[in-house]
Amino acid sequence: MPSENALVRFVDIQKSYDGESLVVKNLNLDVAKGEFLTMLGPSGSGKTTCLMMLAGFEPATHGEIYLKENPINKVPPHKRGIGMVFQNYALFPHMTVAENLAFPLEVRQIDKSERETRVKRALDMVQLGAFGDRRPAQLSGGQQQRVAVARSLVFDPDLVLMDEPLGALDKNLREQMQYEIKHIHENLGLTVVYVTHDQSEALTMSNRIAVFDDGIIQQCAPPEDLYERPENAFCANFIGENNRLLGNIIEDHGDSIKVEIDNDAGVVEAKKVNVGDIGSRTTLSLRPERVTVNPEPGEVPNIFSGKAEELIYLGDHIRTRFTVCGHDDFIVKIPNSAAHAHLKEGDTVNIGWNVEDCRALDPSD
Amino acid sequence: MTTQTALPEGPILTADGIPLKDSLQKSLRQNKLRAMFLVSTPLLFLVFLFIIPIGNMLTRSVDDTFINRVLPSTIEAFESWDKVSEPPESLYSAFVNDVKAADKVDIGKVSTRMNYAKPGWKSLVKRTARKIKKLKGPEYKDDLIKIDKRWADKEFWLSLGIMKDKATFGYFLNAVDKTYDFDKNIIDVEEERKVYNTLWYRTLLVSFIVTIACLILSYPVAYLLATLPMRISNLLMICVLMPFWTSLLVRIVAWMIMLQQNGVVNDTLVASGILSDENRLAMMYNFNGTIIVMTQILLPFMILPLYSVMKTIPPTYMKAAQNLGATPTLAFIRVYMPQTIPGIGAGCILVFIVAIGYYITPELVGGKDGRLIGNMVAYHMQKSLNWGLAAAMGSILLAAILLLYWLYDRIIGIDNMKMG
Ligand SMILES: Nc1ncnc2c1ncn2[C@@H]1O[C@H](COP(=O)(O)OP(=O)(O)O)[C@@H](O)[C@H]1O
Ligand SMILES: [Mg+2]
Repeated sequence: MPSENALVRFVDIQKSYDGESLVVKNLNLDVAKGEFLTMLGPSGSGKTTCLMMLAGFEPATHGEIYLKENPINKVPPHKRGIGMVFQNYALFPHMTVAENLAFPLEVRQIDKSERETRVKRALDMVQLGAFGDRRPAQLSGGQQQRVAVARSLVFDPDLVLMDEPLGALDKNLREQMQYEIKHIHENLGLTVVYVTHDQSEALTMSNRIAVFDDGIIQQCAPPEDLYERPENAFCANFIGENNRLLGNIIEDHGDSIKVEIDNDAGVVEAKKVNVGDIGSRTTLSLRPERVTVNPEPGEVPNIFSGKAEELIYLGDHIRTRFTVCGHDDFIVKIPNSAAHAHLKEGDTVNIGWNVEDCRALDPSD
Repeated sequence: MTTQTALPEGPILTADGIPLKDSLQKSLRQNKLRAMFLVSTPLLFLVFLFIIPIGNMLTRSVDDTFINRVLPSTIEAFESWDKVSEPPESLYSAFVNDVKAADKVDIGKVSTRMNYAKPGWKSLVKRTARKIKKLKGPEYKDDLIKIDKRWADKEFWLSLGIMKDKATFGYFLNAVDKTYDFDKNIIDVEEERKVYNTLWYRTLLVSFIVTIACLILSYPVAYLLATLPMRISNLLMICVLMPFWTSLLVRIVAWMIMLQQNGVVNDTLVASGILSDENRLAMMYNFNGTIIVMTQILLPFMILPLYSVMKTIPPTYMKAAQNLGATPTLAFIRVYMPQTIPGIGAGCILVFIVAIGYYITPELVGGKDGRLIGNMVAYHMQKSLNWGLAAAMGSILLAAILLLYWLYDRIIGIDNMKMG
């Protein structure tokens, strides 16, 4: 229900393009003022659709969107005053960079001198002060991206939407732009709704991440919560690396449960997060860096023997693939330090983990 | 570290010791030969279907050698005459000898040519030629004057002065209602013989109006074609292309049925009470007919280039403009339309060029005041057989088109043109 300083509220939003299937299913989401909220999800999960509804280019089939507590379903896009960075930038090719930036000011009938100062300020903000007279086609991808960001901000919107703005850039540039966008967000106190399918981008930039799958928000939480405490198998899998063990619940101890892994591969004690009653199925989720190799007896409750199948040397850690409990895709990250085990392929060792680190989630499939 | 062999002095050699340049040339030669072969076919087409005919046309428009060939001694005698005294006997006898020596058909043609310089030549020569064989000589002046007293008229002889050169601008002058006087000064033709300037002016006016009308009508159609969902736009595209599959004559006849005094349009207007029976609109056999029918026929030439440009404009531009605060109308005007300029340019040039040389439609539905210069070209090609004048008009049309291209290139840039 209405939280005090929500800038944007999606209330019971549903969206269908064809009248047969829902692309967005019952979306409820608040975006606080000053927040950097990322919609993260695989392609086709409805992220762009949500953004388009917020920007006013797609009507919601059901539900209401509020901007500063005002319902905006009937407000046309040009009256919403929301900045937006499009996926392919959508810089007007027949205008120079400066004209592109002046456009939103011109249509707001801001006078010429004011326009020029604001265009200059926005260009300086993205370090493109000298490029005002160029055409967008004469800029590199990264520069176009900055112009697009500058243009979305030049008319001082409170809210800026960005739809995979960095998708077309190469890796280095992408990382650099992530920081720049983040700094702009912090410096200007903007509210940003950001769309990406790149989980590391989402983790780097966001205050909060809404994980989309199939038109549903699977979880909406700050990055560290999402990584450390995923609430369902989809999130655990989608964000970061994750080992999965499937099994049936055989004991329930309140906080923890005991799970019998399929094919009688052993019993694991796990933290109870998102499971049914005794006898129902569950997916155990375990981060590769939370697994100990050769634990002291009694150090951890779950100890199994595993056979090292493959070792990949990655400098700071060694990525090792084990066969454990009948799963041959069990990944462990062994830190590269003197104290840690040095394995060879084919070695069989004990590996173990804590109850806290092994989260029992919904049976995903 | 990569090792690098030290470069030897002098020319660089390949591994087997042949200078690199020779090697390269050898390897390129084959490519060149192949390229030349591939280019030769279109080149031949270009030469035979374009360069030679157009060259021929340009030559014809100024060519005036025929009279020198058929009446060589007459021209010679004319040169030695002082043009002030009465025409001397030598001129008459030279003429008679030339006519006796010449082919009958050539005499007919040359008299036609002479008639352009001074009306009357044709009938004079025709009348005389029949009897000239019987003349005995050696003096001919009095005999000729006896056959037709116009032979005593100095004017006729003087008119040879503007025909004796091997090249003439006379046809071009004729094409714009000017002519030479016998001293080769450029003068206007007599008022009642002026026809072409009005036609040039009307041709430009019609082409201009048709181009604008096509643009106004095509723009929304092309926009719909480019933006509607595939299924509907394909259907629409078929409707646009349908006229291409229908004979031009059929379409014009259809328009005649529509537009005539008792045609569909007038009947409908009268029946619905908008017009009274006496005030039926005259939409055919006049200027209006030419405009209406040409516009319809040339529409696809505008729609297709527009469509091909609009198709490449992603809808996000319109969204971005609206997101930045522009109303849909403003977004369309400021962001969408400027991006269609290459299509507008290409379409306008295409329609204008086709319109400026059009003649079938004006011929059939234009009536007297809907005729264009193209009809005159056709007339001189087929009826009057004044190919020189037809060629001159064609050359002017060609020059106008080239001028248009040049202007377009200066203003918009030819590289920006998108034909489809
Ligand atoms: N304009 C549209 N018309 C019909 N279906 C659409 C349209 N836009 C998106 N969709 C469908 O909606 C689903 C979600 O699309 P989208 O919101 O673009 O996903 P995302 O941005 O997460 O990749 C997809 O299955 C897509 O095919
Ligand atoms: Mg998308």
